[in-house]
Amino acid sequence: MIRKLIFARRNGLRWHWTDIVSYAYLVLGVVLMFGPVVWLALSSFKSESGLIEFPPAIFPTSQVEVRVAGFEKPLPLYRVTRPDGSNAVLAQVRRIGIEATMVDPKNPAAVERVPLEAREPVREFTLAWDNYTEPLKQFHFLSYFWNSVFVTAAATLITLVINSMAAYALAIYEFRGRGVVMALVLGTLMIPITVLLVPVYLAVSKLGLVNSLWGVILPGAATPTGVFLLRQYMLTLPRDLIEAARMDRASEWKIYARIVIPLSLPALAVLAIFSVMWRWNEFLWPLVVLNKSEVYTLPVGLSAFQGELQVRWNYVLAMTMVTLLPVTVVFAFLQRFIATGIANTGMK
Amino acid sequence: MIGTRRRAGEWAEDAIGWFSDRLIEPWIAAIQRRIGAGRMPWFFLAPNLCFFALFVFVPLAINVYFSVTGGPRLEPAERPFVGTEHYAALFDCKSYFDPSSCRIDRFWASVRNTLIFVLMQVGFMVLVSLATALVLNGRIVMRGFFRAVFFFPVLLSPVVVALVWKWILQRDGLLNAVVVSLGGERVPFLADSSWAMFWTIFVSIWAHMGFYTLVILAGLQAIPNDLYEAAEMDGTSRMRVLTRITLPLLWPNLIVVIVLALIKGVQTFDEIFVLTGGGPGTATFLIVQFIYETGFGNQVQNFGLAAAASILLGVMLVVMTAIQLRLTRGRPA
Amino acid sequence: MARLTLECVSKRYGKIEAVRGVSLDVADGEFVVLVGPSGCGKSTLLRMIAGLEEITTGELRIDDVRANEIGAADRGLAMVFQSYALYPHMTIYRNMAFGLENARMPRDEIARRVERAARMLRLEAYLDRRPGALSGGQRQRAAIGRAIVRDPKAFLFDEPLSNLDAELRVAMRKELSALHAELGRTMIYVTHDQVEAMTLASRIVVLQSGRIEQVGTPLELYNHPANVFVAGFIGSPRMNILETRIAARSESRFTLGLGETAVVIDGQPPSSNEAIQLGVRPEHVRVVAPGAGDFNASVEHCEHLGAHTLIHATVNGRPITALQEGQASARRGERVGLLLRREALHFFGADGEALTGWRGRTR
Repeated sequence: MIRKLIFARRNGLRWHWTDIVSYAYLVLGVVLMFGPVVWLALSSFKSESGLIEFPPAIFPTSQVEVRVAGFEKPLPLYRVTRPDGSNAVLAQVRRIGIEATMVDPKNPAAVERVPLEAREPVREFTLAWDNYTEPLKQFHFLSYFWNSVFVTAAATLITLVINSMAAYALAIYEFRGRGVVMALVLGTLMIPITVLLVPVYLAVSKLGLVNSLWGVILPGAATPTGVFLLRQYMLTLPRDLIEAARMDRASEWKIYARIVIPLSLPALAVLAIFSVMWRWNEFLWPLVVLNKSEVYTLPVGLSAFQGELQVRWNYVLAMTMVTLLPVTVVFAFLQRFIATGIANTGMK
Repeated sequence: MIGTRRRAGEWAEDAIGWFSDRLIEPWIAAIQRRIGAGRMPWFFLAPNLCFFALFVFVPLAINVYFSVTGGPRLEPAERPFVGTEHYAALFDCKSYFDPSSCRIDRFWASVRNTLIFVLMQVGFMVLVSLATALVLNGRIVMRGFFRAVFFFPVLLSPVVVALVWKWILQRDGLLNAVVVSLGGERVPFLADSSWAMFWTIFVSIWAHMGFYTLVILAGLQAIPNDLYEAAEMDGTSRMRVLTRITLPLLWPNLIVVIVLALIKGVQTFDEIFVLTGGGPGTATFLIVQFIYETGFGNQVQNFGLAAAASILLGVMLVVMTAIQLRLTRGRPA
Repeated sequence: MARLTLECVSKRYGKIEAVRGVSLDVADGEFVVLVGPSGCGKSTLLRMIAGLEEITTGELRIDDVRANEIGAADRGLAMVFQSYALYPHMTIYRNMAFGLENARMPRDEIARRVERAARMLRLEAYLDRRPGALSGGQRQRAAIGRAIVRDPKAFLFDEPLSNLDAELRVAMRKELSALHAELGRTMIYVTHDQVEAMTLASRIVVLQSGRIEQVGTPLELYNHPANVFVAGFIGSPRMNILETRIAARSESRFTLGLGETAVVIDGQPPSSNEAIQLGVRPEHVRVVAPGAGDFNASVEHCEHLGAHTLIHATVNGRPITALQEGQASARRGERVGLLLRREALHFFGADGEALTGWRGRTR
């Protein structure tokens, strides 16, 4: 069965050397594409001491500690090889020079002296959840997270509403000036915000929105790509439907909200997914507008946090995971949908 | 799956409908009676156009104004006119091939770096994407899965991408562990100029190739299958099929991909800002970072110079986008 | 209840004139069919009446009130579209109720009307379905139902049957006729199918290149086509049109030259010059023994329709078709005689207009 699956091939023709090269390439691709993220995920669960080990362990592990009667603190466990060749698992009481004082946890009275090189720490698989809970508690990461959620949700909603209205006007009506508007929209396609950092910052500061999440949300809300995507889709709706609605005494808004929008839901869904991706990942513009750490979004907060002198890698890694997790979950469910959306529109 | 999607759609539709009919429609119907149905398209366009005006068209004009005025103030009225001084400063160079001979050496360093970065990144990325797309378009099982694998990094935040790789490339990172275990010496991957440039290009290819793979794959799948069947009937070898059928038919698609990648490549900022911060020195310092740091960096803020530099970048982008639009004949990017 | 008047109505798109000076009076309760080949402007005309296209020049009056400036929604007309234009995301009930809701009609009144229309159209069982789950004929009926519930002054139909298969089309034709009888409303119906026009209309308007060619009841058009175009368009199989010239004439008879043969016709000759076109419907051409008819022809091929037989033949190289009752048989190349029924002949001048002065036909 598995053999069959592994050796199953389209068309079931003979193997060709290119097939072997193809599969080798794909396996390499899986390692290269997923590997770094998996490594990040594993590392994010390592304790601070586990992170500075070199060479690093693959899985997050830490030394086992036990409580031994007669000792206040828990003692670290070691696997010890005695000079006679026998093995034992002992707890270390203290270390003096090149020797360690150790006891048998089951028999605390028996104290042994063991050379350091004859002992090996006993490790077990542990997940350092502190990496996730601490930065959320001690630092502003929880508010970064909610800021990101707010920016993403509000911006996507505004984008969907105003872009769909504009697309509706450009798709359904023939009116004087339509060509000019189309050209304007086309023009804005050529001018990304990277080119307008200074003047848009001026506009945002005039509106009093510096250090406000609205300052992040509003400048990018009207996307030319969104207008185009939706207009293209709306153009495929039968004209008869619009005219039937007009004969049915529907107001223009009603035609928009009750006929065109419900029928454009597939395109709106694509735009919504794109918008969520754009906004969740957005970095440069929030970096410009947000200068106070209370209003940071996740990417800005992460960047600032990792740029500090003493980088707390355990926290950085865990928060990186928090940032990439929602996107990954969305991706896992909507992968096919997103991929066809991109293939059809050629936008990102 | 179809059932649930349909239900979700209905739910959304009913919610929108209820909201629209009760709360919005009466008001807007009143507006329609007031201005007449003929002017309603402008009503629908108004919000979007306001946003465009406020955040694109007006800023475009202000950008020009900023680039010809000086001083540290943001308030336009408080900025003295300096003419083309900023442009002159940007172009003040003894030799354009040697950034250190320029008045604003960081600008020319960024221009040089951006050129190197974009040419290498786009060149290799298109090759890798093409190879991947060809493999994915071949006779393989689990195509959907493999396509998803290559596409996954596209969705990640650039900051996440940078941190993922920074963690691997740091002094005590996974890669150095591999190097050491193979008997080598630790390599300062991000602290050495050449290595840093290599890794910025590598990481940005890693992050974006999935997108271009997908676009090329769509182009490959648009090639009619009967051409391949005809070639098979003729006993054409796979190499000849590739060079005589696939690549010529894919060529227009590929040009679009290249221009698109150039446009995006020139604007690269996020990943590199987090990965290397432009360093070591100015080894990976790119144009957008120059604009950002000139206008919004920690030192003295020179909005005028930043605006001038961004206008130069904008001109470059407009030219490239015009080429792209011509190639795609009005299809949106 | 509505009377519609078109006065010299034209539609221009840039330089192209789609409808040219059409004047028409539609009486209350009439079933008028606009018919013509594609591109003749019939749909544009209907859409101008509906209010979906602006009228460039001329006037449209509904019940003697100028309606040019009244919006589509407020003319009190209902339209059935060729594509049905049912809202795909709404149930059939909602589809029918949508227009009434927009007119802010009370809910129970809406329900009453929709149910009545559904009963009339046998759609009760499908009210909760979406259009996608209905067959073509059911969708067609739903589209008509949407028009009925609005209780319009007049119904406008834009090729409503052209998306149905042949069998369903015949059935729907009957239903539409019955509906017209039951509702008694004015109906304006656009089609390119002259069979539909003949079977449904109380009056037919034949259009070509944006102009009215002839208006009349189906039989008027069939019996007295005003020109070659109408003669060829109405009636199936098409009327035979033969280019002839008057070879000789006297007070009570004249001779038409048809190549080397001649046809002698009793009656007053048409008041025309020499070149005329002779029209005769295939059902008025009888196949007889060679030499026994007006002229001989050679058979090209036969189409057996069961009840009739269509015989395609040539006379001196000109094609002519004869329709025979029953199952006649003729082999290719066989010589036969053809006899033209005198009282069913039509004469058209070189300009295509019917010639007056020929009164040979009697009822």
